[in-house]
Amino acid sequence: MGAWHARYVSAGTSWSSPEQLREALEATGYLADEGIATAAYLALAMGRPLFTEGEAGVGKTALATSVAEATGRPLYRLQCYEGLEASQALYDWDFPRQMLHLRAAEAAGLTDDPDKLEASLYDRRFLVARPLLQALEDSPSVLLIDEIDRADDEFEAFLLEMLSDFTISIPEIGTIRAITPPLVVLTSNRTREVHDALKRRCLYHWLDHPTYDREVAILRTRLPQITAQLAADVARATGRLRQADLLKPPGVAEAMDWATALHVLGAREIDPERAAATLGAVLKYREDGDRVKTLGLSALLSG
Amino acid sequence: MSAPGSPRLVRDVVETVTGFARTLRHSGVHASPDRVQAMVRAIGELDVLDPSHVYWSGRLTLCASHDDVARYDAAFAAFFAGEAPRQVRTSGQPRQRLLASASLGIDNADGDDSGEQPPDLAVAASGEEILRHRDIGQLTPAEREQLQRLFALLIPNPPLRRSRRRTPASRGTVHVARTVRRALHNGGEIVSMSRRTARKRPRRVVALLDVSGSMSPYADALMRFAHALTRAHAGTEVFTLGTRLTRVTREMRLRDPDKALTASGAAIPDWSGGTRLGEVLKAFLDRWGQRGVARGAVVILASDGWERGDPDLLAEQMSRLHRLAHRVIWVNPHKGRTGYEPLTRGMTAALPYVDSFVSGHSLAAFEELAKEIADA
Repeated sequence: MGAWHARYVSAGTSWSSPEQLREALEATGYLADEGIATAAYLALAMGRPLFTEGEAGVGKTALATSVAEATGRPLYRLQCYEGLEASQALYDWDFPRQMLHLRAAEAAGLTDDPDKLEASLYDRRFLVARPLLQALEDSPSVLLIDEIDRADDEFEAFLLEMLSDFTISIPEIGTIRAITPPLVVLTSNRTREVHDALKRRCLYHWLDHPTYDREVAILRTRLPQITAQLAADVARATGRLRQADLLKPPGVAEAMDWATALHVLGAREIDPERAAATLGAVLKYREDGDRVKTLGLSALLSG
Repeated sequence: MSAPGSPRLVRDVVETVTGFARTLRHSGVHASPDRVQAMVRAIGELDVLDPSHVYWSGRLTLCASHDDVARYDAAFAAFFAGEAPRQVRTSGQPRQRLLASASLGIDNADGDDSGEQPPDLAVAASGEEILRHRDIGQLTPAEREQLQRLFALLIPNPPLRRSRRRTPASRGTVHVARTVRRALHNGGEIVSMSRRTARKRPRRVVALLDVSGSMSPYADALMRFAHALTRAHAGTEVFTLGTRLTRVTREMRLRDPDKALTASGAAIPDWSGGTRLGEVLKAFLDRWGQRGVARGAVVILASDGWERGDPDLLAEQMSRLHRLAHRVIWVNPHKGRTGYEPLTRGMTAALPYVDSFVSGHSLAAFEELAKEIADA
């Protein structure tokens, strides 16, 4: 732990408190609350993966990209889906090139030492690194494993070795180990429950929708072109929509889309007419749109 | 990284954290020793004297799901506000007993014949084959016990679907990587093509069980059936419906059916209460179904359709469920009775969105249901 900590400091990211990390994230345009900042700080300091859950659009993915930006580390992203295999996530051998190499060796008459020939086939240059291996080799890095709940449990098992000691074993080459553990951020939308064995290796953070003040600040930071009044109006209306018992409550991403849409239409503040025209940016179900219209759009927007 | 402060302080921190973890376990968060260790390490990285640092170091390491967060908050407030760790679970105990008696059929409204017949006589009189077709609601405790043993023998096959993951096969699309790898063994000559095809995977089964008063004679059998399903296939999800929604999947994973049922009973706060099917179904779809639990799944809804709430809401939610699920199977124990017609308001509202409507009143009916699920 001690030796590792020294390297972590030497990597140029020597924050001594979550508050300092929060400020660094703010400089990249990501407004973290205390919980997010502490989670990211501990993940860096303890070398533990960070498992984030929360509604869609609360900024789980953005957290990884912002930490990468703040630390100056490269970001590797793995989007999960069912049937994701080791050859797409870890590494793959470049078989056509190996074949060409073999043919070239034959043509040049270099086949007298079969052992040497075979060894040359499993050279590092024939290995195609996929995101997980790339993140270990390009150390220190940030590795984003997005929507882990979409992958199947076979894939979770692949991850266990990688997440507990940050190594990948390749039978033909040996074990590849990260010099500094990458910061791993896993995100999940809870479409299914991820196995306990995986969660046990991680810090767990549940992301809530931001408070009104923080949402206004996020809109102002991310969308400097919109007026302060529009940011405040959109944040208030979005907050009310989240209370309105909808099929899909809007996240921060939707609030940003909505504010952008209103701004493009030339709005300096929210008005019922423009709000009705742009409702599709924030509500993604017909039932939700109908519900808001019956509840009354003006009640939603009133100050 | 050495922890800050004197050795005395370090020991205090470890003691406090261990004590807190004990409180937390009593409130239902699985704070395992390795998680507790992680919390101690996390505090070492932060300021132990700052309450919010302590709060976050615990929440990030000890919690494993969103449900844990609320329990953690309550336990944190109680523990660090000075309340000593209590042996809680007091509220759980009576419920546990309630289930035990319910599963024996003593507390049941229609179980009035239970005390009157001598149990051993009943066992002698009923052969296994007759028992299979008897209405579960009209059994004596002893017959019930025998039936429970038969339930243990019921192993439902999970329904299958084509997976995106592929497996080597003699026919199917060409597996390029494998073909070339095999060619390398033969000095670069392609001798034969390797092929692969989609693998079959079990389709998720979701059981939604009505545990309201009107269903109580059948609740025990339904729970046993759900337990058999969960044991047969790990992806099964089990929820109970009453006046509220309870997820009992975790409890159902216990190997022993009796332990699983007792644990589930302790988790269900609305056992033998009323039903608000529409509202509870909405809660299920909002919280779980739409996120993915019901997507492409075989959903079994066991209820008699006695709806105290608004049947329109039920119809709306059923149509939502029907759009998400692969197949919706409605199990109504009353369907097994002669002359039954689905006339309850809830049942009429729901039927248009049901793919198959089956009875679940006897073991034989459950065997049919198992077949229906496997073929879905």
